[in-house]
Amino acid sequence: MLEIKNLQVKLEEEDKQILKGVNLTVEAGKVHAIMGPNGSGKSTLSYVLSGKDGYEVIGGGATLDGEDILDMEPEERAAAGLFLAFQYPVEIPGVGNMTFLRTAVNAQRKARGEEEMSAAEFLKVVREKAKTLKIDAEMLKRPVNVGFSGGEKKRNEILQMAMLEPKMCILDETDSGLDVDAMKLVADGVNALRSEGRSFLVITHYQRLLDHIKPDVVHIMAAGRIVKTGGPELALEVEQNGYADILAEVQ
Amino acid sequence: MAVAQAKLDATEARLSAMTLPESGAWLAALRQDALARVQAMGLPTRRDEYWKYTRPDTLTAADVTPAALFDAGGEDPCFSTVDRLRLVFVDGVFDADASDDLSLEGVEIERLSDAAGKDIHWAKDLYGVLETNGQTPVERPLAALNTAFATDGVLIRVTGKVSKPVSLMYVHRSETSDAMLHHVVKLEDGAELTLLENGPAAARFNKVLEVDIADKAAFHHVRAQGRDHERRAATHVFARLGTESVFKSFTLTANGVMTRNECVIELTGDDAVAHVAGACMGDGDFHHDDTVFITHDALNCESRQVFKKVLRNGATGVFQGKILVKPGAQKTDGYQISQSLLLDDDSQFLAKPELEIYADDVACSHGSTSGAIDEEALFYLRSRGVPMAEATDLLVLSFLAEAVEEIEDETLREDIVGRLAGWLSRRRG
Repeated sequence: MLEIKNLQVKLEEEDKQILKGVNLTVEAGKVHAIMGPNGSGKSTLSYVLSGKDGYEVIGGGATLDGEDILDMEPEERAAAGLFLAFQYPVEIPGVGNMTFLRTAVNAQRKARGEEEMSAAEFLKVVREKAKTLKIDAEMLKRPVNVGFSGGEKKRNEILQMAMLEPKMCILDETDSGLDVDAMKLVADGVNALRSEGRSFLVITHYQRLLDHIKPDVVHIMAAGRIVKTGGPELALEVEQNGYADILAEVQ
Repeated sequence: MAVAQAKLDATEARLSAMTLPESGAWLAALRQDALARVQAMGLPTRRDEYWKYTRPDTLTAADVTPAALFDAGGEDPCFSTVDRLRLVFVDGVFDADASDDLSLEGVEIERLSDAAGKDIHWAKDLYGVLETNGQTPVERPLAALNTAFATDGVLIRVTGKVSKPVSLMYVHRSETSDAMLHHVVKLEDGAELTLLENGPAAARFNKVLEVDIADKAAFHHVRAQGRDHERRAATHVFARLGTESVFKSFTLTANGVMTRNECVIELTGDDAVAHVAGACMGDGDFHHDDTVFITHDALNCESRQVFKKVLRNGATGVFQGKILVKPGAQKTDGYQISQSLLLDDDSQFLAKPELEIYADDVACSHGSTSGAIDEEALFYLRSRGVPMAEATDLLVLSFLAEAVEEIEDETLREDIVGRLAGWLSRRRG
């Protein structure tokens, strides 16, 4: 599904290298987690994969189902099936959540040469999916993320994921700012979307999210590299001992 | 301050080529007064402080710069779906055949050119009167010129709550038309009216709207200026508000090489509310100027100015907005925001926000910003698969929303939002 090879990235404006050769392969239907201390490059990896400005790839590459994604525009990556759930979802006043969702769904369909969804069909589907995420009609009508609580914003991210049906989902610290109940709701939403053809890359500081979204593989990232890879037990090790032991071990 | 002789000479030369329209006693005197005001003030020139950011020459010149007609490509005119009483003006001339019957409960509507022939008329206490009040402390010679020479317009007296909006539709048909319209609206105690205006009107359009709002009356005004790109317009709204009255005005402008919209509001009764808002989208040699002057002269009044401009390809936006709080106008709540979204480095926004306050117990705030598109929001939309151009347009709508939301009526607001979205979408092709 997603294959990252020796990916090296620096900031565009500064002479500062963030990713120093990341290697990672996420197979179809699998959930991979990336954990790591602050500043290890986790968020940068998610931004570079989804096409945010401000980064320069100086080596290596990344493919989605064999297609090189790093040369694509962000919207092309989305149409190819990549989705990033933002750590800080952006507020867009004056644009209704429904309008935004429908524009996004139809833009992707158009890009893939599929028929656009009619207003009625869209409404039916969105209501159904919103219900399972406990997103009410009022939230769908409001401007995108404006006045939403932290939990509502993250649920809205998962709703977008559910509507866009990507094959590769990257969750960037989706647990940040969430209480236990909200985290569970989000995790349930994600779990409901797990399927054979859909993979997840879950980026998090803490193990607690991984109690709810059970990963197949856990990677530890530090100083711009994946330094250790293991099973779910690796996350537990981090939870108990922190990152210091692992970092000392690999150095 | 003495007016420069050269300016007065130029004004005299310009006026000598014009003739006051024939009028009955009441109106003839008012026109003469207005003519004298223009002669004393002189027509605006670029040296005037109030015209620092906008060149008045094409608005005052004897010759009209021709303006090509706009091909709307089958698009319905604004407010097409709204149930309203339509009054049509073609190049500044009332078209009775194209207009609805003027009778409507709670309101008397009369053409200025019909009323002009009478010896006496209720409008004599208002026509040019609010305009005259609005000449201090800042002179507005183009409005006085209009009072003197306007050839047509409507006089509207509102006595009750009018069931549907009165809609003034301005059709532009001649490439060299030079139209001057003057409307007077008088709302009696507790009366309510929504006035709609749309269309380019003429190659050059000079319009004055005087609105007198009595106690507890409410006036709503929604205007969409024509899309003919080469048209020019100088418009003035003069409003006087009584106790607990409401004035709300919104203007949408897309296209137009020259637009100067002045709005002069006087809050004279306690607890009155005045909101003025504008949304505009400019491209290329577009020049748009909003000049607003709000005077608080009563207790506990609220005023709000919300102006948003989206500019690209070298377009220019101007905002001059002032809140004047007179001595004794305590508990005034004044708010003013003017913002531009500059889509490239060639466009510019010139803003002059002013507060002048002579009362000590007031809350007044103002803000003015110019900025580029929000890159974070743009990336967010694109990461969801929305292409760059469409994402930009969504953010343009988002930016304009605060101004558009000033339209209270949902049907009218949706008409404007839908229109904006449609224009942007057609522009994308």
